[in-house]
Amino acid sequence: VGEMETAPKPGRDVPPKKDKLQTKRKKPRRYWEEETVPTTDGASPGPPCNKKNRELCPQRPKNAHILKKSRISKKPQVPKKPREWKNPESQRSLSGAQDPFPGPAPVPVGVVQKFCRIDKSRKLPRSKAKTRSRLEVAEAEEEETSIKAARSELLLAEEPGGMGARRRRSCRVLIFFFFFHSSLSQHFDLNLRQFGPYRLNYSRTGRHLAFGGRRGHVAALDWVTKKLMCEINVMEAVRDIRFLHSEALLAVAQNRWLHIYDNQGIELHCIRRCDRVTRLEFLPFHFLLATASETGFLTYLDVSVGKIVAALNARAGRLDVMSQNPYNAVIHLGHSNGTVSLWSPAMKEPLAKILCHRGGVRAVAVDSTGTYMATSGLDHQLKIFDLRGTYQPLSTRTLPHGAGHLAFSQRGLLVAGMGDVVNIWAGQGKASPPSLEQPYLTHRLSGPVHGLQFCPFEDVLGVGHSGGITSMLVPGAGEPNFDGLESNPYRSRKQRQEWEVKALLEKVPAELICLDPRALAEVDVISLEQGKKERIERLGYDPEAKAPFQPKPKQKGRSSTASLVKRKRKVMDEEHRDKVRQSLQQQQQQQQQQKEAKAKSTGARPSALDRFVC
Amino acid sequence: VKVKMLSWNLDNYIVPRNYDPTLHPFEVLQEYVRVLNATKLEGVFAKPFLAWLDGHRDGVSCLAKHPKSLATVPSGVCDGEVRIWNLTQLKCIRIIQEYVLAFVGLLFTVGDDKTVKQWKIDRPGYREGEEAITYNIRKDTGIDHHWKEAVFATCGQQLDIWGKQRTNPICSMTWRFDSISSGKFNAIKTLILESCTSNRNIVLYDMKQATPLKKVILDMRTNTICWNPTEAFVFMAANDYNVFTFDMCALDTPVMVHMDHVSAVLDVDYSPTGKEFVFANKSQSREQRVICVKWTSDSKYIMYGSDEMNIHLWKANASEKLGVLTSQEKAAKYYNQKLKEKFQHHPHIQPTEQCIMKEEVNHIKHSKPGSVPIVSEKKKHIVAVVK
Repeated sequence: VGEMETAPKPGRDVPPKKDKLQTKRKKPRRYWEEETVPTTDGASPGPPCNKKNRELCPQRPKNAHILKKSRISKKPQVPKKPREWKNPESQRSLSGAQDPFPGPAPVPVGVVQKFCRIDKSRKLPRSKAKTRSRLEVAEAEEEETSIKAARSELLLAEEPGGMGARRRRSCRVLIFFFFFHSSLSQHFDLNLRQFGPYRLNYSRTGRHLAFGGRRGHVAALDWVTKKLMCEINVMEAVRDIRFLHSEALLAVAQNRWLHIYDNQGIELHCIRRCDRVTRLEFLPFHFLLATASETGFLTYLDVSVGKIVAALNARAGRLDVMSQNPYNAVIHLGHSNGTVSLWSPAMKEPLAKILCHRGGVRAVAVDSTGTYMATSGLDHQLKIFDLRGTYQPLSTRTLPHGAGHLAFSQRGLLVAGMGDVVNIWAGQGKASPPSLEQPYLTHRLSGPVHGLQFCPFEDVLGVGHSGGITSMLVPGAGEPNFDGLESNPYRSRKQRQEWEVKALLEKVPAELICLDPRALAEVDVISLEQGKKERIERLGYDPEAKAPFQPKPKQKGRSSTASLVKRKRKVMDEEHRDKVRQSLQQQQQQQQQQKEAKAKSTGARPSALDRFVC
Repeated sequence: VKVKMLSWNLDNYIVPRNYDPTLHPFEVLQEYVRVLNATKLEGVFAKPFLAWLDGHRDGVSCLAKHPKSLATVPSGVCDGEVRIWNLTQLKCIRIIQEYVLAFVGLLFTVGDDKTVKQWKIDRPGYREGEEAITYNIRKDTGIDHHWKEAVFATCGQQLDIWGKQRTNPICSMTWRFDSISSGKFNAIKTLILESCTSNRNIVLYDMKQATPLKKVILDMRTNTICWNPTEAFVFMAANDYNVFTFDMCALDTPVMVHMDHVSAVLDVDYSPTGKEFVFANKSQSREQRVICVKWTSDSKYIMYGSDEMNIHLWKANASEKLGVLTSQEKAAKYYNQKLKEKFQHHPHIQPTEQCIMKEEVNHIKHSKPGSVPIVSEKKKHIVAVVK
């Protein structure tokens, strides 16, 4: 009863509370109470407001014990904040355990960038609010999915090869110091001196190898198991050899015409329209065989249908140097005036012409992402160009011998065949261009080099030379993780058949080859603007233009003509002021840019001693 | 020197996948080719016609849906016969001789002889006669049944709401002196009714308060309306030459105007998903008219009754494969649908499903109706909204 009568009186309550606290043991800490017990230096009890605390909230679990004793002197506690505002660090379980890795697992930014496909720097024309919101949603979705895809990289089973410490210059290839027995079989030498210098080609999966000698020897084998598929002599000079879409068909550029053989050596076709072919390239996604001939024609043959899609006159004399860009299926032709021209079957004129060398171009190669092009010329230079962007040379190197053959690997290693020596250069990672300072590896062969290709998905370089074929080990050359549904070196017959049917159904039409293979996924800005213009012409006015301001009719005499005019004037003046402000800002920005440009240019004054600096 | 070479352990071999974009440089173009193929195949497999239901001796004037059974469909004919069909067997289960103007749902018929009769769907047993509960009323032209309660509404000179086994209406509503041609209950807000009158009006009623709520006056007469089964406030009005979608809360502008009809639209029905609708046109070139159209409750088939004295049954999606699909078929179907959506703006890819059948029953998607280039087009057809 007595307790009941002592109704709580706010004025009186404070001193008895203090006594209670002094006599009582320390209160047990409840799980909902904050960790940040404030210090006794007079700081406000608890955080002043919720939002600030979210960022600060220093965790001091150890100090809590000390501070509890000093609770007496502090002011009464501020009621706890709602749980959501707490930092992840400050959340505690009942047992007191703390998540040592709070938040979602971090994803490496570079990997996320790899999967981002929208080019955010492109400006789209102004559109309706609905379209803009849809685009924003699409961009947010793309970010989310690229993070998920980056996380799924964890599932990739293999890692690329590599070499430890850098060796000194002019090293030999390490054939003896490998760890895995299977790598032994990847190095082999075929001594074939009788039938002339050899050119070679690996199939798209990297499992099969075809080579052809100048004196007519043509062979195809599964080089992993060393099982020979066919070996024939075509009784004519063989200038180039290529596998078509799978290991079942071979194209051989013989002295007179182009021949297609089965992998058993049976001649299937003789294509007389492609005569005196010097080089062959197969575009796998388009099922196109591109041939460059002595007569100066670049011919595209569709192997799925059997028709010649385009026969383009390059107008540059004999075509000897050809390479394809695997990123966009554009053919690069090197000419004797030092230019490289880019061709697509859709256009009669080259898509672009790049001046590369002061003499003739002897070899061209493009890397698998289509970013870098390596060219070598009669002026003994080896240059790497930037293909996506400025078409400017990124680095140059003078070679003692001109490089007659160039090739890129899937991971960006560049090999150059100079006489009977091959040099391999490597870059920092997959995305960077190979650095031409020091070769990664060097090897001398038994005869001058006539053909070079890296084996896809393996750390192997195949070299065709006048003494036969050599298969070299190059750690870190091949892409470690292939896509099983795309090119699978371990596919069965059934899988190959399924893949072939699907690839034929998805065959990209030849007229869609252009410099940007993602052009169809972009907004067609040109047609959009043209459509807008046409609509304006047709309707007589622009339906999307902002309607002129109409002042709302008001009551009580506020809609007289004079006041309407006044209101209109106000709005007009404000718009005018906005425009002026914007133009001022633009002017300021321009001035700043000019200043920066000047500063840059003054720093880079050319001096005579520059040639001594690398 | 430490050297590491790639080597494969074939014991761990499953088909590995690597989604790196550098391994798939032509993904956009390949998808484009897949869409072209899918569009062509859609044309190849487009066989929408399924069956005719023959037997009536006069043009079919009304169709109804059974709320619980997908296969049972009653159809009524101008000369006074009601037949109940079983769609899976494509047979007529039952025939009721009765002069019928309109009927709805389960069991009710409104006859020319000023009666509403309630029937049982199942056949009467041996020796039992046909039974019908009769309500005597004035001449009425339309009927609709409440979605949940045992209440139905008839419309004629006014909108009457009847309970079961009562000879007098529970309440009757009218707004001035219009003669009402058809009325429908809202599927979701089950207390709201809607009717179209001969005075070019569309009137909304509240059953609870037993009063009309709002009305919209259009420039042409509405033949029927249909409530959207998934969105509570939206209904579609089949006007002469236009179909409007209205939002009940804002009747002054229709949400969408579906134009491009050559002749009067006689009937309209929503798909159960609420995203598509079908409408029936009166064709001027042939004698046949399509008078009534219904979308089955599984959103797969469309049936319409025509002047040709039969009921046509068509597939809603002309190239769809019916029956149980395997998981690969389903995956391919969804993939192709999504791809077509993605590339729909490209010139070579046809816009989604403009399947135009014979006898002019048109099927279009709700989200892409006829164009409304200038905003005032929508307002053009509305004369006034009255509360």
